This record gives sequence, C-alpha cells and structure tokens, in this order.
Amino acid sequence: MFGTYLRRELVNRRKQTVIISIGMALAIGLVILVNSISAGVQGAQASVLQSVYGVGTDITISQAAVAPTAGAAPGAFAFGSGSGATAGGTTTLNQSTLTTSRTETVFDATQLDTVSATSGVSAATATLSLTNMTFSGQLPSQATGTSGTTGGAGGAVGGQAGSSTTQTAPTGGPDGAGGSSFSVDNFTVLGLDPTGASVGPLSAVTLASGRLLTAADVGTDNAVLDSSYATSASLATGGTISIGGTTFTIVGTVSSSGSDSVTASDVYIPLDVAQTLSSNVGKISNIYVTASSSSGVDQLATSLKSALPTATVSTQADLASTVSGSLSTASSLVSNLGTWLSILVLAAAFLIAILFTISGVTRRTREFGTLKAVGWSNRRIVSQVAGESVVQGLIGGAIGIVVGLVGVLVVNIIAPTLSGSAAATSAATGPGGGGAGGGFGAAAKAVASTTVTLQAPVTLGIILIAVGLAVLGGLLAGAIGGWRAARLRPAEALRSVG
Amino acid sequence: MYELKNVTKTYNASKRKITALDSVNLSIPDGQMVAIQGPTGGGKSTLLQMLGALDRPTSGEVQLGSSMLSKLGDGKLAAIRAKEVGFVFQGFNLIPTLTALENVETALAPLGVSGAERRQRSQDALASVGLSERFGHLPAELSGGQQQRVAIARALVKRPDVLLADEPTGALDEDTRDEIMELLESFWRDQGLTLIIVTHDSAVARRAERRLHIKGGKVTELAAQPA
Repeated sequence: MFGTYLRRELVNRRKQTVIISIGMALAIGLVILVNSISAGVQGAQASVLQSVYGVGTDITISQAAVAPTAGAAPGAFAFGSGSGATAGGTTTLNQSTLTTSRTETVFDATQLDTVSATSGVSAATATLSLTNMTFSGQLPSQATGTSGTTGGAGGAVGGQAGSSTTQTAPTGGPDGAGGSSFSVDNFTVLGLDPTGASVGPLSAVTLASGRLLTAADVGTDNAVLDSSYATSASLATGGTISIGGTTFTIVGTVSSSGSDSVTASDVYIPLDVAQTLSSNVGKISNIYVTASSSSGVDQLATSLKSALPTATVSTQADLASTVSGSLSTASSLVSNLGTWLSILVLAAAFLIAILFTISGVTRRTREFGTLKAVGWSNRRIVSQVAGESVVQGLIGGAIGIVVGLVGVLVVNIIAPTLSGSAAATSAATGPGGGGAGGGFGAAAKAVASTTVTLQAPVTLGIILIAVGLAVLGGLLAGAIGGWRAARLRPAEALRSVG
Repeated sequence: MYELKNVTKTYNASKRKITALDSVNLSIPDGQMVAIQGPTGGGKSTLLQMLGALDRPTSGEVQLGSSMLSKLGDGKLAAIRAKEVGFVFQGFNLIPTLTALENVETALAPLGVSGAERRQRSQDALASVGLSERFGHLPAELSGGQQQRVAIARALVKRPDVLLADEPTGALDEDTRDEIMELLESFWRDQGLTLIIVTHDSAVARRAERRLHIKGGKVTELAAQPA
C-alpha cells in the first residue's frame, strides 16, 4: 500500500513533485559543480606547488628572515686596485659571488636530524637556497684617468679632485674614451642532497637532457640546470657554468612536470659543494618533509613546530595561499562565492521542499483525517509523508547529479586555463626581506609560474554527498510535514471540511 | 454494544466554551440500526466521533464492547477504528489520487493483510456494492452515488462490528439516496452490523429501528416509525 500510495501521489500531484525536484536538482547540481571545481582548483594549486616543492612534500621548514647586521652586504663585490686584467688602458673585471638569497635565513643542518627523528616523518631532505651574482665588464684603467671627472656608473673612481691639472681628453675603457661597459648577471642556485631526490624540488622535474645528480656527485662540481634557464643563457649539457668563481660541469637539464613552467631553481648543485662555496658549511635554508600518512600532516606540523620552535613550519594548505595569479582568483571565487551560493541554493531548495510538503499536508487534511478514521496510525501517516518527500528529494538528487555532471563536463570541455605562481621562499618574507640595501637589486626568489588547465574531477565522494543531501532534504521536509500530519486529530481533520 | 455514561464534550472556540455533548447517557445494543437527528450544531457529528473512537470525551465514559474508548491512547483508538469501526461520510472522503480498488485497500492496510488478500477482498467488496467494472477508476471519474458505494465498500471490507454513517445520503439525489440506503440496510441485515446513521433527512431516519434526537448536546429518544 505504501508504494502504491506513494507512486500515485507523486504521479497525480505532478506539479508539486516537479517543483520540489527541480529545486533540489538545481541545488544538488550546483553542489556537485562547486565541489568538483573546488577539487580541480586544489589539484591545480598542488600542481603549481609541486613545481616548487616537489611531489609528495607535505611540509616545508624554513627560518624567518632576520634584519641584516650593520655593515653586512651579502653578495657585494670586492675589487682591489690590482683586480682584473689591464690592457690598453682598459681593465677587464670578472667576479662571481655565491650567497644566500636576501630572503633566506640559513640554519644549522643538524635540524634535519631532528626532523628525521620526529615521529610521523616518512622522508626529509635539506636544501640550501643561494643566489649567484656575476659582475663582468670593462672599465678604464685608473692610470689613464687624469681628469677630475668620475668614471662611469659603478664607482670606478678617476682623477684627483680639487687639484689643478691640465684637462686632457679621457682615454681607455671599452670605447677608448674613458667609458665603461659591464653586466651583472644573477641566477638562483639550489644546493641539494643528490641522494634525497624522493622528496624535495627535484622530485617534480622531468629530465630534459643528460642526467640528474646522483650519490656519486656528492663533493663534485657537477650541476644540473633548469632547461628554460639553460636555453636563455645559451648553456647545454656537457658545457660548463661558473658558480661562485668555480667552474661546474653541466651534467643535465630538467624541466618542470607542469606545462610552461620553470623549476624551483635555475641551477642545482650538490649540497656540500654549495655549503662550501657560499661559506655556509653545516648550514641549510629549507627542509622538505613527507609525512607517513596524509591524515597526519597537521599533527606532524604541530610536532615539528614544538621540536623546532624558531622554525617556520608550513603545510601544503599553508602553501596553497601563496599561489597567486588567476588560479588564486578562481580558488577564492570557488571557496567564497561558490560555497555560499551552494549553501544558499541548498537552503532555498530545502525551504521549498519543506513549504510545499507542509502546504501539501494542509491541503490533504481531510485525506489524512479519513485515513486516521479508517485506522491508519500516526506512524503510518508520517512514514507516508516522509516517504513521499524522500522520493521527491531523491528524484531531485538524481536529476541534480545529471545536471552537475553535465556542468562538470562543460567545464572540462571548455578546460579554462589558469595561471598560478608560487614562491619557494614564501615563509621567509620577514623584516629586511626585500628591497633594502643597494647592490644590484633584491636577489631573485625561486618562483614557479605555471599555466594549468582546470580539470574538475568527479569522485564517488561528491556523488555520495549529493545523494546524502537529497535524502537529507527529503527527510527534513518529510519529518516536518509528517509532524504536521501526525498532529492532526482525526475528529478535527474531518470537522475542518464540514 | 455501546455504553455512554455522562459523556460531556466541550470545545473552546474564540474564547467561548461550546458544549457539544452534555451529560449524554446512551446504550446501543449490538446489531441495532439507529438514526440520529437534530439541528445543525446540535452535537450529532460529535456524538458520532465519540462512538467512532475518533475523539475522547471531556468527561464521562464511552465503552464499545470491552474497550473503554474514553480511556485509550491514540494508538489503541486507531487499532479499534482499524478493526471494529467502519465510517461512511457525507462527502465520501475518498483519496483522490487512488483508484476505487486502492481506496478500498486503504482500510485493510493497517490490519497487516497481505497484498494479494487485500486486493481480493477489496475486489469482492467493490463487487458487493455493484462496482466490479470500476476497480481502476479514480474518484473523479465516478458519480456521487458510485463514490459513496466505494466508501461503503471501504467501510465494510474489514468486516467491522459497527458502521457509522455521517449524512451518507446528504450529497445525493433522491433516487441515489434510496439506492444507498437499501445497500446499507442490506449489509446491516446480512452482516449483523450495528448501523448508526446521522441524518437530517427524515425519510432516511424513518428506516431505522431506533431514532435519537440531539439538540444542545442533549440526547432524547424518539419513537421509531416504520417506513
């Protein structure tokens, strides 16, 4: 009887069924779409983050930047009076410095042991993030400058100010008239443990040519280059590159696993060599950690924070906020507008279902009074009303799943591209981090700019959530409608219609 | 057998207290056909609701057989209505979305009768009121007389001890009224039912063995008049 009555009600009160189902369908469809896009945006963010932090990195550890000490000038070039090679009134200068990036703070490498010993850590590796700056150019020799004028920009000082001298035309320099010509080049260098490639920046790269660094490269002057940087600097596998004044052999080039992106650094060298060349023996700037289980990341982050109280411990969730660009806009749109829109439409659909059910119960007062008169119990009547509402919700849910899947399909067919970038040193932007000091500008950070195609995945979980919401909406409407029906006293229900 | 002792029923309506039944004492033996007459608002329908276990009195006792209806909870009253009491209403009160057969089946649903038996008994009941060709018709597709026949089949399909009819012919023309009354009387005679009819129609009331008049909540006995 339950099934027959339910079927007849749904079919013969078609208008109510259609309105409730459409309301529920729109809400469920929107929930599926927003959830899928949200998952897609998270995936895209993870993709961008992988470019910088590598696959499987759950947590990164760094130290907040500190203000430089007075007089400190990291990366400054020091030229003596006899520096460079002088010929024909022109001095050729060439000097490289390898220093920690201005926004990086190094810390003791023993902290890696502390991290590795922490419960819940599956793998951990350390890196040293450096910047190589090269000054290369020609200046007029001091001996040739007898005038009171200064040389070119860059501070090559000439002449004796204030003295009475005969004015003669300047000579020397690359143009033969006392001028200067020089360039300043910088690129990022990442010292890493060649044996720890399962986690860290090199875990997310694709070998473009040559080979990656291996355990055999420890202590050697071998380097792997980002393929984009190698192309722009006209370098290739088998060639050499000067880093901190030392000539390295380029053993391979790598590109990011993502499209149109660069990897975390321009150049990768063995950690021990990087420490020695940059005078940071026993120091590191970042630790990359993989947790034993994805559900234990937050707990592990808490443990690491207490084990390393001065360190900045960032999880992937923290890092996701560092992703900028249209991806960030999409993420914000989905998490704010999308979520609220879903909640609003869902609330409206539930309200429509509840109001229509209550209205239906009111309209069917005589019907329920009659059924009570023929012996139907309150429970049977409540079950009937609730059953009708749940089935209406389920019909709406089923249509909503189709609507949602079509929406997801449209998104995946359109496949909007989003750009995102993430800074590897996100946690190190503290006081003194950027712009202060002179030199040749702030050191470059490792920034991965990636264009990702948004793909909205549909998971069983999302479908189950949709079905659950449909049932919940139906139950809610049915419970309230059933409660109203149960409250009807049979005598009053019959009396209300004369 | 019904036994009513000092049954009073009051309602509160718009801050006024309305006494629908006022210290009613009444005894109705099994198998009797009783007509209840009286002016509108006199308490006829309220009395029928007390007898049909649809409501409880404000004070006094209503007993049907061994069941003290005035003291039972909602669940027990529903069970008594399901087993022992059949109702026929002036407005037929059929479920508009269910067919004639399904409407009759609703009376068997609370008794836990299996689907096949429910269907068979409902078909038999409809056949007994002359509607064997109308099983699949919706109420809207039936005439007033046919709808009332479906309602009678629904009331009788569970083989109740009591049939309560509230103005069963009030919405019908004279010819149909007589048909319906003949039908009710035949069931009353054949099945030994207690048949209690509330009616404004003296022609209907004259068919009863016993006639009661109710006015201002007070019940008085009228002499039975042969039709």
